[in-house]
Amino acid sequence: MIKTLAKSIRENKWPSIWAPILVVLRSIAGTIVPFLMGKMVDNGLMAKNIHYIITMGITLLLVTLFAMTCGMLSSWLAGNAAAGFARNLRQDLYYHIQTFSFADIDAISTSGLITRVTTDVNNLQNAYQRLMRIATRAPIVLLSSAIMAFVVSVRMALLFVLILPVLILGLYWIIRKAQPYFHQVFKRYDKLNQVVREDVRGIRVVKTYVRQQQEINKFNQATQNIYDVFTKAQRTMALNTPLMELVINGTILLLIWFGAKMIVAHTLELGQLISLFSYAISILSSLMMLSAIFNQLSMAQASAQRVVSVLNMHSKITSPAHALTTVADGRIAFNHVDFSYQNDPHNLQLHDINLHIKSGQVIGIIGATGAGKTSLVQLIPRLYDVTRGSVNVAGHDVKEYDLHTLRDKVAVVLQQSMLFAGTIKENLRWGNPQAADAELVEACQLAQVDDFVRSLPQGYDTMIEQNGTNVSGGQMQRLCIARALLKQPRILILDDTTSAVDTNIDAKIRHSFRTDMPDVTKIIISQRIASIADADQIVVLDHGQINGLGTHDELVQNNPIYRSIYLSQTKQEGDHHGN
Amino acid sequence: MATRIKQRGKLRDELPTLKRLLQTIFNNHRGMLIVALIAVLYHAFILMAESLFLRYLIDRYIVPLMHMTHPNFASLAWVLLAMAGMYLLDVIAVAVYIQLMVIIAQKTQLRMREQMFKHMQALPLSFFDRNDYGDIMSRYTNDVDTLMQMISQSLPSLVVAISNVLFVLLGMLTISWPLTLLSLAILSCSIIYVRFLSSKSNYYFNKQQQQLGQVDSYVEEMLNGQKVVKVFSHEKANERQFTQYNNQLGHVSGRANSLAMMLFPFIGNLGTILYVLIALIGGFMLVKHITLISLGGIAAFLELSQSFVQPIAQISQQLNAIILALAGSRRIFALLDEPVEVDDGTTTLVRVNEQNGQLQETNDSHVHQWAWKTPTTQGYHYTPLRGLVQFKHVDFSYSNDPHNLQLHDINLVAQPGQKVAFVGATGAGKTTITNMLNRFYEINHGEITYDGINIKDIAKNSLRQSLGIVLQQTSLFTGTIRENIRYGRLDATDEEIIAAAKLANADEFIRQLPHGYDTVIDGSGSDLSQGQRQMLSIARAAVANPPVMILDEATSSIDTRTERQVQAAMDHLMKGRTSFAIAHRLSTIYNADLIVVVDHGHIVELGNHEQLMQRKGEYYQLYTGSLTLE
Repeated sequence: MIKTLAKSIRENKWPSIWAPILVVLRSIAGTIVPFLMGKMVDNGLMAKNIHYIITMGITLLLVTLFAMTCGMLSSWLAGNAAAGFARNLRQDLYYHIQTFSFADIDAISTSGLITRVTTDVNNLQNAYQRLMRIATRAPIVLLSSAIMAFVVSVRMALLFVLILPVLILGLYWIIRKAQPYFHQVFKRYDKLNQVVREDVRGIRVVKTYVRQQQEINKFNQATQNIYDVFTKAQRTMALNTPLMELVINGTILLLIWFGAKMIVAHTLELGQLISLFSYAISILSSLMMLSAIFNQLSMAQASAQRVVSVLNMHSKITSPAHALTTVADGRIAFNHVDFSYQNDPHNLQLHDINLHIKSGQVIGIIGATGAGKTSLVQLIPRLYDVTRGSVNVAGHDVKEYDLHTLRDKVAVVLQQSMLFAGTIKENLRWGNPQAADAELVEACQLAQVDDFVRSLPQGYDTMIEQNGTNVSGGQMQRLCIARALLKQPRILILDDTTSAVDTNIDAKIRHSFRTDMPDVTKIIISQRIASIADADQIVVLDHGQINGLGTHDELVQNNPIYRSIYLSQTKQEGDHHGN
Repeated sequence: MATRIKQRGKLRDELPTLKRLLQTIFNNHRGMLIVALIAVLYHAFILMAESLFLRYLIDRYIVPLMHMTHPNFASLAWVLLAMAGMYLLDVIAVAVYIQLMVIIAQKTQLRMREQMFKHMQALPLSFFDRNDYGDIMSRYTNDVDTLMQMISQSLPSLVVAISNVLFVLLGMLTISWPLTLLSLAILSCSIIYVRFLSSKSNYYFNKQQQQLGQVDSYVEEMLNGQKVVKVFSHEKANERQFTQYNNQLGHVSGRANSLAMMLFPFIGNLGTILYVLIALIGGFMLVKHITLISLGGIAAFLELSQSFVQPIAQISQQLNAIILALAGSRRIFALLDEPVEVDDGTTTLVRVNEQNGQLQETNDSHVHQWAWKTPTTQGYHYTPLRGLVQFKHVDFSYSNDPHNLQLHDINLVAQPGQKVAFVGATGAGKTTITNMLNRFYEINHGEITYDGINIKDIAKNSLRQSLGIVLQQTSLFTGTIRENIRYGRLDATDEEIIAAAKLANADEFIRQLPHGYDTVIDGSGSDLSQGQRQMLSIARAAVANPPVMILDEATSSIDTRTERQVQAAMDHLMKGRTSFAIAHRLSTIYNADLIVVVDHGHIVELGNHEQLMQRKGEYYQLYTGSLTLE
């Protein structure tokens, strides 16, 4: 895990090495200070020796300035190195996600990926920064103070050896007791989120059924639950500070008592006793720091695991060596294709599909939700790989093509239409970054959306809001079609992308496809018979198998599924349509 | 959910929030707060006294012991015992104030959340339109959490640090004012430097938060559209844009963090510098007999000086945390200050029995006859509920601006039991009209009457109880299917729930679920299809059995069979009630008693199918396909 993450350090290697070294220097210098201070007081001030005070004072000033410089420099280096590491890691993650296939994106939820690139990387940046500074400083201070304590007086230092375990055990007990509470707190927060989310999303329902009081009760139950364990968790953690006070104060009292005895017996000097106080406080507080750091790093560990699990996933769909970079025509062939999203031959979404499509044909696909329509068409641009069999485009297996070429020439308009924040022009140019304005207009005319775009105050320069909230569903669908047309594909696939488009416009779009792009193979998935009735071939899919294949008239005659869909739709609409 | 950008502001801007917050806390936890404050002051005093005691102890007890031939440790033991007592009291004081502040913080957290939610339930819909879900949610979580942390940690630490500095200053002053002045001079220099560092780091911190917000929202948008990115082979272009944002973030984040961290080694070592300077100057004064200062005085002063500078870092750090928390609290208070829905209606909906032509109020929940109960000067007047709805010259604007109306002069009458279908383009105002009826929004002009009563005179809860709605965007709640249907009427029996499910064509699929009606569903609806969710919401409306229904037909594509079932369920639901349908299906429109064609907030045509076809106007064009809707 660490090895994978360490790859993102790169140009931050030297700052990352220097920062802890400087921290070590600063900590050691800092440890000498109380020792020198004790000397200055004992030999200089008490003896009224001004020269000693001056020499020692200057030494102390130099040591302190050295410690300060080292400290500030290390902060600067560590802060920048951690930010640099986070930048690289974020970039590595993001670039890596770009190589993911559809199957990989399905495997980790989108929100999961977003959390990794944002929150998890931020957590790791903090952890990295702490690792370089506090996590280095605490053990060094602990160690050097302990050594100094032993140097000053072995017998007194042994006192620490007795006291330390008390503090360690105490801190350990507190963390062990508090941790399960904190886990429960997180879980109970999920419930709170859920209640608020459902209430806000369903506020119309709540208000209509006058269920405010029920919602309030539900919410109060959730917050009360949080309150119960959170109070326990925090009250347990809050024992840390008094425990620390108790141990430090107790240590000082013991130091005075035994120190006095040793001083009287002339086995310890006064100045030494005073410096021991400082070392006692250093040792105990650095231990406290260590326990805090340990806690924080263990939280970062979860983030690290999540990030690494993404970095270690490798997409199986990649362009082959010596890939084909042209698609000659729009022929498609499915040969005994089996497909499973989980790549599990016992849980197939498509069974033994055999289908041959000629260049320029219009193919309609119909079937119930879950019949496999989307799965079928997504195999053509190799958004997924087949489990068995093969898919050919223009006479070659799709696996032989360069992915970029294949996906340019096989344009899919996905069911979930989506535009991005930016102008309409910018969105359209996703299809072809070099497209001239005239080409954009032409594509929009074909998709019957040019009139709409022109009616907007800024025309083609109108800004689309994030998630396309300022255009209607039908307008969005047509813009998505236009965007796909700009690729100048050999094969165009519309995955139920005219569902929100008026039937009338839908017909116009199909008409313009037929007349203006006769050589392009068109595959249309739809719930509406009207959208596919004039296709050259219609595929009826049912439970992942081809149930019927033929023209509209043939299928109405001899395919029961098709006929029943047809009848249901004509009963609703047919007799009201004048044509 | 978009990440909210947290900016570090100035304490001055947050003072009113701080005042209000402290007032709330003080009013609710006066006793605890006073005890905690005393404990904090005691602790700060001990922190200061500690260093003096040590020196005193050494001078008065240990040094004399060194010169005794037969040292007697009894007096030392007594003093140590006294110190132990003081220390013990200090440990108790620390434990007490920390525990008390944790309890106060937790209780405040609980109270704030409950107040917010309760208040939110009474807010008008416009509040939910204006604020997105992520923003509302983060008030309940992030904002409350930082507030809680501020109360339990930042506030007490700040008080300890400030009173510590004050006590130390007091102690120093009693020893030597020239040395105190010197220390103050050094302190103010350091404060200037600290402020310089922290204002620089705050600048970068704010930039970092902005850039973080930009990266987060970019990543969110692009990863949500990752499949589109793949389809268009747009990976490289994305990487370029991302790298640009990411590099900016990396730069400012490095500055913000390194500047903030530089504070600690600076302050940490400043104490030593002060110490050495005082030793030098004090020693010089001592040797040259410049002022009257004793050796013990200098030594004590030196001890104090060490704990003089340390709290400054604490104060600066805690202030930042407090300012951030106050910004969150401001948002919490803003929610609490949102004006609630206006509800002056006095007419209520009651169940009635008819006896000898007289309406008698009853509490029997199985009576399905209802009446409006209006208070009059002599008791009450009962109007039977029939479902006659009338719009008279209704104008409406979401922004309450008469020059920017969403509805203009809407007039229509729905007779009891009639079906009214609204037809028009997206944004024409169909949903807006129905939103006026249940008073989700208040009309600007005109009036709407329900059985002859102005709906403004009807208590909102009663009005809404009399209106069922089935929305396009189905909202269900996490819980069993049974509970979800029962949401419509809390005292519905199991039989009534099954009957409602049958009416909604939902019974069949519910029975196929692993636990039937007791299957727990997720409110976000991942485990049911869209059609199934719609059927459940129809069942929920059916069990409520309201006299008037508002239905918003779904436009999204569900497969034909389900669509037919949903349609049939809606038809069942509309039977025998006054119903308003925002129609997308021709069959709904065709069967309506009244078709209302809406365009740009105006009613352009009104009538039934035959009448409108004869007019050969807008509806005719729509119908024959020469005009399109979207």
